[in-house]
Amino acid sequence: MSAFVVRRVLIMLLMLLLLSFAVFFLFSILPADVARLTCGKICTDQTIELNRARLGLDKSIFEQYWLFLSAIFVGRTYGVGEGALVCEAPCLGWSFTKSEPVLELILDRLPATVFLALGAFVIFLIGGVGLGVYSALRRGRWQDKAITGVSLIGYSLPSFFIGLVVIFFVIIRWQLLPFPDYVNPWEDPVQFLQTMILPWIVLAVLYAAFYTRLTRSQMLETLSEDFIRTARAKGLKERVVIGKHALRAGLTPIVTAAGLDLAGLLGGAIILETIFSLPGLGSLAISSVLNPDQSILVGITLITATFIIVANLIVDILYAFIDPRVRPT
Amino acid sequence: MSAPFLEVNDLRVSFRTEDGVVRAVDGSSFNVAQGETLAIVGESGSGKSVTAQAIMGLLSRRSADISGQVVLDGSDLLALDDDEIRRLRGARMAMIFQDPLSSLHPFYRIGDQLTEAVRVHRKVSRKEARNRAIDGLRRVGIPAPEQRIDDYPHQLSGGMRQRVMIAMALINEPQLLIADEPTTALDVTVQAQITELMVELQKQTGTTLIIITHDLGVVADMADHVCVMYGGRVVEYGSIDDVYYRPAMPYTQGLLASVPRLDSDRNARLDPIPGNPPSLINLPSGCVFHPRCGRRDEVRGDLCVTTEPELLEVAAGHTARCHLTAQVHAEEVFGAR
Repeated sequence: MSAFVVRRVLIMLLMLLLLSFAVFFLFSILPADVARLTCGKICTDQTIELNRARLGLDKSIFEQYWLFLSAIFVGRTYGVGEGALVCEAPCLGWSFTKSEPVLELILDRLPATVFLALGAFVIFLIGGVGLGVYSALRRGRWQDKAITGVSLIGYSLPSFFIGLVVIFFVIIRWQLLPFPDYVNPWEDPVQFLQTMILPWIVLAVLYAAFYTRLTRSQMLETLSEDFIRTARAKGLKERVVIGKHALRAGLTPIVTAAGLDLAGLLGGAIILETIFSLPGLGSLAISSVLNPDQSILVGITLITATFIIVANLIVDILYAFIDPRVRPT
Repeated sequence: MSAPFLEVNDLRVSFRTEDGVVRAVDGSSFNVAQGETLAIVGESGSGKSVTAQAIMGLLSRRSADISGQVVLDGSDLLALDDDEIRRLRGARMAMIFQDPLSSLHPFYRIGDQLTEAVRVHRKVSRKEARNRAIDGLRRVGIPAPEQRIDDYPHQLSGGMRQRVMIAMALINEPQLLIADEPTTALDVTVQAQITELMVELQKQTGTTLIIITHDLGVVADMADHVCVMYGGRVVEYGSIDDVYYRPAMPYTQGLLASVPRLDSDRNARLDPIPGNPPSLINLPSGCVFHPRCGRRDEVRGDLCVTTEPELLEVAAGHTARCHLTAQVHAEEVFGAR
């Protein structure tokens, strides 16, 4: 088991390395000239060239990549002399539009995204799996049909539509909640909850619909398995047959999907963060596109991809714990 | 023959589907005496497994319409509510299934699955249940049961898995054991071992056994009585000698003729029954076997097409569902006059 984990971690590190190169390379072949974009208002050819040298853009792509990679471990100094900017390790690059290290910008925006993701995750997992199991147990009856129908609607509505409708009714028309204004929970828990409750629900609706359908089909498949018949033949109570034998087998594939979805959400929900003006990674990403800042985009892409790779690793290890058949012996 | 331990009277099971009503079992009747072995024989779709599941109360009453009587030791199982029959399952009656790999839960150790079967019916400690599980595994011939008990199903071979299933079924010493094609999914060499094990265990425990199979060799090895099913009906019932040596129903005769025998001429060709089993949604009129029957011509008129034959006595304790039987009876009565 530990050899399995070590091997998976090593593979993950290799993947991260390849990924960082791919991300760096992809952004570097974009036609945008970073030296020009970071030049400022009074821009001469001379300042552009100076910028180019300071950012290391005059070097080859491999040298640039090496500088970028080593900065993560040993830090990096942009420029020389008095105007030099020191970016301490771990350094994910420097944002010249915001004059801050990229990592600091990201860490600053991370709480809003993490809270949004975790809150929605808990809601949609409990709601979706619960409804899916209930629906499967009521297969073919009106409860099942109602849940399946509603989840199809929830699944088809885009999040910006639900988001705007909810804002219009709950905040503007009925004035049940104040306009969203994000604060961290340790600063003002009440305002935090007031701000987060709507985005949580809106984000969860979309995912819950998907998880309801996934859980329902997984449960139906499991309930027709021979080992369920065996459990009944043993004389187990139906509660035990469902709660122990069917859930354990039926929910295993949900773990994979849930792990990857959580990782994806941690990369930021661009549309919802924008609609509810949450200062998260998604809104940082969109502002870095509109007001171009390549170093931020590289940083966010890398962080998001890292979340997914790490989640993948965790899911794989978790899976080995759940299913003895994939456990290495 | 002692008083029947299990009596199935006019059992009918049908399922409503989108294509129509499937009459999986349509008037099935037979008896089993205590400690006896009854073999239920028939092709796929003849209603064997559904009969077994109806006895065990494993059919959902929401999806299946069940009528008739299943009397186990004096009480009608079909009249019990879900919880009452659940208490009997695994305690007084148990079942073994065809595919031992898919019938065991892949995520739980076999020890957990065995002790669970003990503790649902008996108030014993975890440790005591585990000891019983180890004893059960030893009894079905699993080597080093103290270690094997902590294995997962996928770590065992097919034969070992079926032994585990048998141990699980017998762990509460049931009076009735139903084995639904217990050897079909196994290697041929293992099949004989499992058959032998079941015969041996039955001798030790005195359990009444119903074995469902389409393997006539298994039947000959194990059964006291044979019940032949076709199209959801019992078409012949009798002792093993009656059914094997004096088959009265043309379907049984066809089944026996389609099995190779060591004592027959090596160059003789096997004689399969022509045609396919009937659709249970749209059964043939009259005798359900008439479209495939080779002896229809021997029956006067078009009785086979118009009228369903009754299950009539051929000899004492030997019944068949065929107009030929009725005809023979009539001739005997006629001749006696």
